[in-house]
Amino acid sequence: MSVDGVLGVPPRTTATRRVNFWRWVRSDLRAVLSLGYLFILIFVSVFAWKIAPYSPIEQNVTELLMEPTWSHWLGTDDLGRDVLSRLIWGAPNSLYAAFLAVTVAIVLGVPLGLLIGFLGGWFDELMSRFIDALLSFPPIVLAIAVTGALGIGLTNAMLSVGFVFAPVLARIVRAQTLVVKSALYVDAARGFGAGTGHIIWRHILPNAIQPVIVQVTLMLAIALLAEASLSFLSLGVQPPQASWGGMLARAYNYIELAPAQMYAPGFAILLTALAFNALGESILVALDPTMKRR
Amino acid sequence: MSRLPFLIGSRLWQLLPIIVFATFVVFSLLQLVPGDPALVLAGDYASRERIEEIRQLYGFDKPFVVQYGAWLWHVVQGDLGKSLLSSAPVYDLILQRMPNTLLIATYALLIASLIGIPLGVLAATKVGSRIDSFVTSVASLGVALPSFWLAILLVVTFSMDLHWLPATGARPFSVEPGRAIAHATLPAIALAVGVIAELARQVRSALIEVLGSQYVRTLRAKGLSPISVLWKHGLRNVSVTMLTILGLQVNRLFSGAVVIEAVFAIPGAGQLVAYSAINKDYPVVQGVVLVFVVMVILINLIVDVLSALLDPRAAES
Repeated sequence: MSVDGVLGVPPRTTATRRVNFWRWVRSDLRAVLSLGYLFILIFVSVFAWKIAPYSPIEQNVTELLMEPTWSHWLGTDDLGRDVLSRLIWGAPNSLYAAFLAVTVAIVLGVPLGLLIGFLGGWFDELMSRFIDALLSFPPIVLAIAVTGALGIGLTNAMLSVGFVFAPVLARIVRAQTLVVKSALYVDAARGFGAGTGHIIWRHILPNAIQPVIVQVTLMLAIALLAEASLSFLSLGVQPPQASWGGMLARAYNYIELAPAQMYAPGFAILLTALAFNALGESILVALDPTMKRR
Repeated sequence: MSRLPFLIGSRLWQLLPIIVFATFVVFSLLQLVPGDPALVLAGDYASRERIEEIRQLYGFDKPFVVQYGAWLWHVVQGDLGKSLLSSAPVYDLILQRMPNTLLIATYALLIASLIGIPLGVLAATKVGSRIDSFVTSVASLGVALPSFWLAILLVVTFSMDLHWLPATGARPFSVEPGRAIAHATLPAIALAVGVIAELARQVRSALIEVLGSQYVRTLRAKGLSPISVLWKHGLRNVSVTMLTILGLQVNRLFSGAVVIEAVFAIPGAGQLVAYSAINKDYPVVQGVVLVFVVMVILINLIVDVLSALLDPRAAES
């Protein structure tokens, strides 16, 4: 038996757990489709200015609420703007929103969780109650309130959503930190003179990162839906900028005149949320194969 | 049930710090507003005297903790301030709107429980079957479906095309319950779909865990019928977990209601908070958020106490 085993070091899992990418792709069609879709979406977002056939904000009063034609594949909206172009320009806004919210959640939540778990004691007691309190707020309601306070607009809205998500990550990281902190091999490392920074960086973070990655991928879907909801309520993306949620709000106003316009943005939101969720679940299974049957 | 008062008392004691923190968060919302809060609250065309009056009233010239204490003292007495737009008391505004929100949320929870729990149980008893993969796929779809889009689709189908149910507005349940239910049906369905998906998923995985446990295997080996194992042991053991899962859906329901109310033009608390946030009516925003969070905390208290009554082991933890 090696020295590692005696000290309670978990078996060197990096080699076995570092998922063989191609094997994973072959065995998990859903993940491949989701990744493919997301890559296309990112491509469309980056090259929206080149792909979109028309300007997303240019109005044309002679072509209001048109049915789909060869020149306007998805028709035009109530201001004569090309719906397909607005759909394409909605993609970068949606992705920006989702990634911004999740980044804010990581930047606030992960260090907070580490700090709470590491310090422990009364600080843990206090901060855990604080996190419980934050998690008691209905997320969209709190996000609306914070957005209202910061001032409406996409960036503020997603800062708010990120703020609302942060306690979820903090709680996960705290739990992982508590487990790892008291593990025998961390004690041993400390015995050999490892500093706090070393322990956090080399032992706690690698262990906490897996549940965080899964949670973050699933959060992207929730953030996307939150952006759509907030833009639908006109708290998010501000006109004339395009957003899928905002497009639905406009289409709903003119639903009797142009009922076909509410399909495309809705499908775009649904597909993107599905892709993020599927990816999150696939990562979960890939990291922990026993989850497959759940 | 002599231990009930003790149980409630001890849970309330545990909840106290959470409530204090929650009120603190609600109070702090005003601090996020850029600029002088007195100026913000006074509105755009306020005189200098009015601004000074508000500064005195809210104590903005005093330390933060003193401000919070003064605010909390008013809140505890039921004084949530006045709307900056209509100068109506915030408390009255919320009292008018909240019943509409609670009606669609309760209705949705009822629909979701009646569909989501049986679906989860069905899938768990037939893991790996076609029924199971059907339920799992539908649940994945339901979680990713934007509820307000579903709401629009429902309006188009059932109000505009079929004329079965009204598309907009609300009626007071206490005055005309029949029409109130008719108005709340489409919003409740739109709100329920996400919750059905979540319930089905979570009930399924909780039940799979119980059915896969050692003692269930022993019962099966002893020759107990699968139905009896499911009802007498599986579901009984999952009932506490189900209660917890249901309790956690309340947050999702309230969040969803805010957006759904906009689609159906329901004058509820969600519409109130969204409208007030856009129009910088901060006292109303704070009031609505506070009432929502207190309701969520109280519902969790009820869930906790019920779980403890159902399962004495849970009472000790």
